[in-house]
Amino acid sequence: MKPKVAFFDFASCEGCQLALLNCEDVFLDLLEQIELVEFREAISEKSSRYDIAFIEGSIHREEDSKRLIDIRSRSQYLVALGACACNGNVQARSNFIAPAENYKLIYGESDRNRVQVDEEYWPLWAHTRVRAVDEIVKVDFHLRGCPMSAEEFMTLVKALLSNQIPHFPENAVCVECKRNANECVFDKGMSCLGPIAYGGCDAVCVNNGHVCDACRGLLPYANIEAHNELMLSKGISKEAIKSRYRLFCSAEKIGKETLNNEH
Amino acid sequence: MSTSKKNIRIKIDHVTRLEGHGSIRINVEQGKVEKLNLEIVEANRFFENLVKGVPPHDVPQTVSRICGICCVGHQLAAIKAVENALNLTISPQTRLLRVLLNESQFLQSHALHLYFLAIPDYVGVKSILPLASSQPELIKKALKLKKLANDFTAVLGGRTLHPMMPTLVGWRKLPDKNKLHELLERLQESVTDLEQMVDFVAQLKWPDYERQTEYVSLKHADEYALYEGEIYSSDTGKSVPESRYREVTNEFTVAHSTAKWSRWHRESYMVGALARVNNNYEQLYPQAKDVANALDLKVPCYNPYKNNLAQMVEIIHCTHHCIDAMQQLLEKDLQMEDIHYQSSKGIGSSAIEVPRGILFHEYGFDEQGLCNHADAVIPTSQNINNIEQDMKQFVPQMLPDMEKDELASHMEMLLRAYDPCISCSVHMLDVTFV
Repeated sequence: MKPKVAFFDFASCEGCQLALLNCEDVFLDLLEQIELVEFREAISEKSSRYDIAFIEGSIHREEDSKRLIDIRSRSQYLVALGACACNGNVQARSNFIAPAENYKLIYGESDRNRVQVDEEYWPLWAHTRVRAVDEIVKVDFHLRGCPMSAEEFMTLVKALLSNQIPHFPENAVCVECKRNANECVFDKGMSCLGPIAYGGCDAVCVNNGHVCDACRGLLPYANIEAHNELMLSKGISKEAIKSRYRLFCSAEKIGKETLNNEH
Repeated sequence: MSTSKKNIRIKIDHVTRLEGHGSIRINVEQGKVEKLNLEIVEANRFFENLVKGVPPHDVPQTVSRICGICCVGHQLAAIKAVENALNLTISPQTRLLRVLLNESQFLQSHALHLYFLAIPDYVGVKSILPLASSQPELIKKALKLKKLANDFTAVLGGRTLHPMMPTLVGWRKLPDKNKLHELLERLQESVTDLEQMVDFVAQLKWPDYERQTEYVSLKHADEYALYEGEIYSSDTGKSVPESRYREVTNEFTVAHSTAKWSRWHRESYMVGALARVNNNYEQLYPQAKDVANALDLKVPCYNPYKNNLAQMVEIIHCTHHCIDAMQQLLEKDLQMEDIHYQSSKGIGSSAIEVPRGILFHEYGFDEQGLCNHADAVIPTSQNINNIEQDMKQFVPQMLPDMEKDELASHMEMLLRAYDPCISCSVHMLDVTFV
C-alpha cells in the first residue's frame, strides 16, 4: 500500500507547499509513489491517518495548537516544513510585543474591542504567541529554510519511502559558500550570519549577491559569542546585530554576553 | 418541499485549492437567507509590526514572507514604497527588470490558479490529478508554462520564492544574459502552446450570474498598467495618486474575518484580472484582445466567475509584452549599478498590480533610518467584501433552482474564481463555509 502523505498549513506564507508544487519535473513521479491524502492548497480530499504529515507554519492560537496535537496523534512521522514550522520565522518577531498591543497596532483599539464582543468568533482572535511546531508536539524531522529546499524534501521522502532515516549534515552555510568560491560577505564590507547558520541551502543567497540572514536557524554548536565579537570588530553596532538576528531567528539565543543585555 | 420554504445550512470549513484559510457559512431558513458569512480564519501574523526597527533594505525581504505566491509583488511594492520614502530614483534598466520580474509572477500565478486550482471545478473533478490522465497534453502544456514562468522569476530574481537579487535602487547581482536569451526563446515558443490552452478554456461553461460592482485598478497613460499608475475607479471614471490609497481602501474590521475589509464608492469593490481588463481593455496587446473575443469576454463584464477568463487574457498579454520587453533589455549589455543609498527620515507609499489585484504598501523611517511605520493593503482583503456581496445576491437568486450541494459548490467556485490569497490578506487568512 502506498504511504499516506498529508500537508497541513498554519500561519505561514504557504510558500513551502508552493515550492513543492513548483517541482514540475518530479511532482507527478512522486505522486505515483505516495497517496496524497491532504494538500488543501491543491486538492479537495481528506483522510484520517497519515504515514507522513508535513506541517507548514507556526502556531499562534489555542485552536491551532489543538489541531496540531490531533494531527500528531494520527501520524507516524511528523515533519516541520520550512522556517515558520521550524523556528517561527519572521513572525516570531511579534513575540517581542504583547498580543493585545499587536492587535491594537494593527486593527485599532475601537475595532479590536468591537470584534471581541462576538463570542462565536472569539477563538479566531485569541492569538497567544508565535510558537514553532516542536514547542507543542514531537517533531521527527525538520526541513529548514525560507523557503524549504526542494532537494532536501525529496531526500527526506525518498529515505522514508525506502525505510531509511534521512540524514542532513549539520554544517554551516559558510562551508557551502566557500565551496562555491563566493567572495566573503565580510570582505565586501557587509555582515553575514553564514558562519553560525544551518547549511543545506547551498548558500543560495550569497551566491546571488545577498548575505546570509540565517533563515534556517542557528547551529546548536555554533560559537555565537565569538561571531558577535567578529561582527562588533567590523564596526557593526549591537543594535544592528540584534536586529539582524531578529529577522529570522527571534526565538534563538543570540549571545547575551557580547550583546550585553537581554535579547 | 416548496422551493420558497427551503431550509439550507452550508458550512464549508477551510476551502480547498485556495491560498490560505477561508470558510463559508450559509444559513437559509424558510427560503430566506438568515446568515451568510465568508469567514477569514487565518491566524494573525502582524506583519506591519514585524518590520518596525528594520533598516530600509531589509524591509522588502521581510515582507516578501507575507505570501509565497505573491512574494515578488510584495517585494516590489515594498521596494517602491521605501524608495518613495527615502526619495531614491532608479534607472530605466532597473525599471525594465522590475517590469519583467512582476509579469513573470503574473504568468506563474495565473497559470497555477487557472489550470491547477480553478479548472478542476469546471470539468467536474476534485483536483488536477484526474486531468493528468484524461487530458495529458493539456496538463503537460500547463506544467510547461508554469515551469517557464518559475524559471523566468528565478533567472531575474535569483530564485522563484522570496527572490534575493532585486533590492532598493537596483539589482544585487544581474541576471545572466545567456539565460535571458534562453528565456526569450522559450517565451516565443510558448505562444503556440497558449493557443491550444485558450481553445480548451473556450469550451468550458461558466455559471450564468452577473452583479455589477465597482472595478478598481491602476491606470497608466502609456501602457496596460501593472508596474505603476494611478488608482482608477470604474464608478467615477477618475483616478487618484498612489499616495492617497487610504481614500480608496477605507479599511474596516468585521468579527468573522481576521482580514480587514474595504469599500470605496459603494458597499464593496473588485480588484484583479477582471477589474483590470474592464478598466484598461484598450491597452491590451492585440493578441490578448483576440483571445478575449475568442473567449467571448466582452467588457465591461459583470460575471465574477469570468475572472478566470480575464486571467487567460492577461497570460497572453504578459507573454507578448515580456517578449518585447526582453528584446529591449537584450539590445544593450546590462550594467551593474551602484546600489548604495542614503537613508533618511521619511514616509512613502506605493501601488502595484499583482496577479490578484492592486497592492498598496507604505513605510516610514525615523532619524536613524529604521522603520517606524508600515501598512499593507492586500488585493484579497479588498475583494473579500465584494465576494460576500456576490454570495448574498447569488444565494437568493439561485435558491429556487439549486439544491444544497450545487449551491455549496457554486459558492466555492465563486470564492476560487477571485483567486483569493488569504495568507496575504490577514498576512494571515483562512476561509470556512458554514
